[in-house]
Amino acid sequence: MTRLLDVENLTLQFDTDEGRITAVDDVSFSIEQGQVMGLVGESGSGKSVTAKSLMKLNARNAVYGPQSRIILHLDDGPVDVMTLRSAREMQLVRGGAISMIFQEPMASFAPAITIGSQMVEQLLIHTDMNKKQARELSIEMLARVGISDAARRFDQYAFELSGGMRQRAMIAMALSTRPRLLIADEPTTALDVTIQAQVIDLMKDLVAEFGMAIIFITHDLGVIAQTADTVAVMYLGRLVEQGPVREVIRTPAHPYTRGLIAALPDLENLDKPLTPVPGDIPSPLERPTGCVFNTRCSVAIEGRCQHEVPQFMQLDDHHRVACHLAARERGAA
Amino acid sequence: MSDRALITTRNLSVHYPLRGGLIGPRQVVRAVEGVSIEIPAGHFFGLVGESGSGKTTLGRALLRAAPITHGEVIYDDGEVRYDLAAIDKAALKDYRSRAQLIFQDPYAALSPRMTVRDIIAEPLEVMGLTKSRAETDERVREIATMCRLNLEHLRRFPHAFSGGQRQRISIARALVSRPRFVVADEAVAALDVSIQADVLNLLRSLQKEMGLTFLFISHDLSVVAHVCDHVAVMYLGRLVETAPTRQLFARPRHPYTRALLSAIPSLDPDDRGRTRRLEGEIPSPTDPPPGCKFHTRCPYATDRCRAEEPELEDAGDGHNVSCHRWRELGEELAMD
Ligand SMILES: Nc1ncnc2c1ncn2[C@@H]1O[C@H](COP(=O)(O)OP(=O)(O)OP(=O)(O)O)[C@@H](O)[C@H]1O
Ligand SMILES: Nc1ncnc2c1ncn2[C@@H]1O[C@H](COP(=O)(O)OP(=O)(O)OP(=O)(O)O)[C@@H](O)[C@H]1O
Ligand code: SF4
Ligand code: SF4
Ligand SMILES: [Mg+2]
Ligand SMILES: [Mg+2]
Repeated sequence: MTRLLDVENLTLQFDTDEGRITAVDDVSFSIEQGQVMGLVGESGSGKSVTAKSLMKLNARNAVYGPQSRIILHLDDGPVDVMTLRSAREMQLVRGGAISMIFQEPMASFAPAITIGSQMVEQLLIHTDMNKKQARELSIEMLARVGISDAARRFDQYAFELSGGMRQRAMIAMALSTRPRLLIADEPTTALDVTIQAQVIDLMKDLVAEFGMAIIFITHDLGVIAQTADTVAVMYLGRLVEQGPVREVIRTPAHPYTRGLIAALPDLENLDKPLTPVPGDIPSPLERPTGCVFNTRCSVAIEGRCQHEVPQFMQLDDHHRVACHLAARERGAA
Repeated sequence: MSDRALITTRNLSVHYPLRGGLIGPRQVVRAVEGVSIEIPAGHFFGLVGESGSGKTTLGRALLRAAPITHGEVIYDDGEVRYDLAAIDKAALKDYRSRAQLIFQDPYAALSPRMTVRDIIAEPLEVMGLTKSRAETDERVREIATMCRLNLEHLRRFPHAFSGGQRQRISIARALVSRPRFVVADEAVAALDVSIQADVLNLLRSLQKEMGLTFLFISHDLSVVAHVCDHVAVMYLGRLVETAPTRQLFARPRHPYTRALLSAIPSLDPDDRGRTRRLEGEIPSPTDPPPGCKFHTRCPYATDRCRAEEPELEDAGDGHNVSCHRWRELGEELAMD
């Protein structure tokens, strides 16, 4: 396997009227070429802002921690995204090496420009195609993602398409520049299940064909189980568990991951009681000290979890967890 | 649990006129078309179907909050019996206290300027169901306790609360008038999984304690499978299948129900099957196809399906299904 991306000690805070809030706290992970990484976590846990950091796309009030490094391994050598400044430099990643399908569907397409002109414009910036070639490729990509009558759709606006169609068009646009990494932020959440299934199949086919890596952000562990090779679990801005999708879903090690799975209705087992994770997600203004999960953790260790931030521990080569109890069970503490 | 129907609809249709152009025929959206359904008293009745299939519209028609274009809706709780299409003003006022709605969005539903106490008390005051402030307070405290709300919080404003707590406040508000019938429209859709389970458990326990009849609308079939005892499936304004939950999930009789079930992503990473995927999208309700509304996407469609609309029939085992071919397709559709 060849390394594509290393995120090291990513910390991100936002200046707000109510003070400086921490949205991402010392997050590190890596992605190999062609790998699909699922990113799950509750709403507000920092999934979208982590993803946007990879292209430095966060709002102006974002303050990155000084230790944060985002290293992209490109053919011409490694690039640290954090050090890119000018719009020209940023083009290397934005829409170049990395493409993103945004959670807010309208954020990906400008409302007043046709889908086709946006696709062509991207290609003119990021490739050395001429206008005619860009147009041909765009129509081909639209057809490739299953949009019938692609030449006509090319001249339409995003609002004229149904939800499933728009999602396909976004995927076509994101992939037309052949990025090395595609970030898909909740790409199927707003879709009906039958359409979601179509889009998931499409994304699998495209990974097989184009071989790019994907960060797949979703609330839905079922979607992760169906698409991802590895999964990273976030809670209140921290990565709490990471590993191969089979191991994390079958033998979750972090109490939050376990809680998430216990709370999930499972069609295979209708008698399973639905067990909620107790309590509520704390506000980012009241981040718990010690382990961020300690206010809801039913197995927290008195006197330790409230004070000491758990560090990551390897359970095996690829599966790791940040929890004092898991470490103690392992006899490592 | 008794099997007397609390709600019965016969051939219920809800049509919305579309603001059409100056030329051409005036169009209507057939949001609900010819639905005949019985919701037995004391049931937790699920209603599923894809976006635009008419779930919200049907739920609202049962609350007399959407226009009833054709057909009948009968509410009968043993104490009173109302024909909702012909109900008069006084009876409607009484019906409002017997039938309530819980909304999807716990952030939008609560007025930010009212305290939690006032939010919960409002229906009692508007409907004049209590005689004194003391009685109102008593009812508010009682329902708040049942919804596991902290009584100290009654004086606060809703912005101080998280999604799960807000949804408990909305539930308390809907139940304070002691309704018999509750429509919960995507009541947990906006909540995180870790919180959702808590609200689902609360709804189930309230249903048992208060003897409520629920119409639980959701696009999430796994949730419906866990909380509902009976499920109805809609497609393009039509009812395509109803059955007891376990029967529906084990032996769907309608090709659309089968397709919905196979589209749910499995939690098992080794089960990445992609069999029986539906092609295409749901047609527009302003221009529904002739014959069976599902024929444009159905892998089993025949010429008859394209010409003739199937009726809902009793298919045994508690199933009602609307498909010309349900008899032959039986084994083909069973979930393995
Ligand atoms: N520009 C900003 N200013 C202040 N706070 C922000 C800003 N952008 C994001 N945040 C905060 O950062 C935190 C993480 O947000 P993020 O959008 O990454 O969550 P998420 O995990 O993607 O949630 P969801 O599942 O709801 O999409 C939240 O508390 C959010 O309110
Ligand atoms: N007030 C209205 N005026 C015109 N059309 C309407 C109105 N309300 C609903 N519709 C249309 O009726 C159809 C059914 O809508 P409805 O909201 O009942 O669907 P739903 O199954 O609840 O969908 P969702 O899962 O998206 O909530 C849709 O095509 C919708 O656009
Ligand atoms: S570190 Fe402590 S509080 Fe955090 S998840 Fe582990 S046991 Fe629970
Ligand atoms: S009636 Fe025909 S088209 Fe409709 S669901 Fe049955 S087989 Fe399919
Ligand atoms: Mg997000
Ligand atoms: Mg609805």
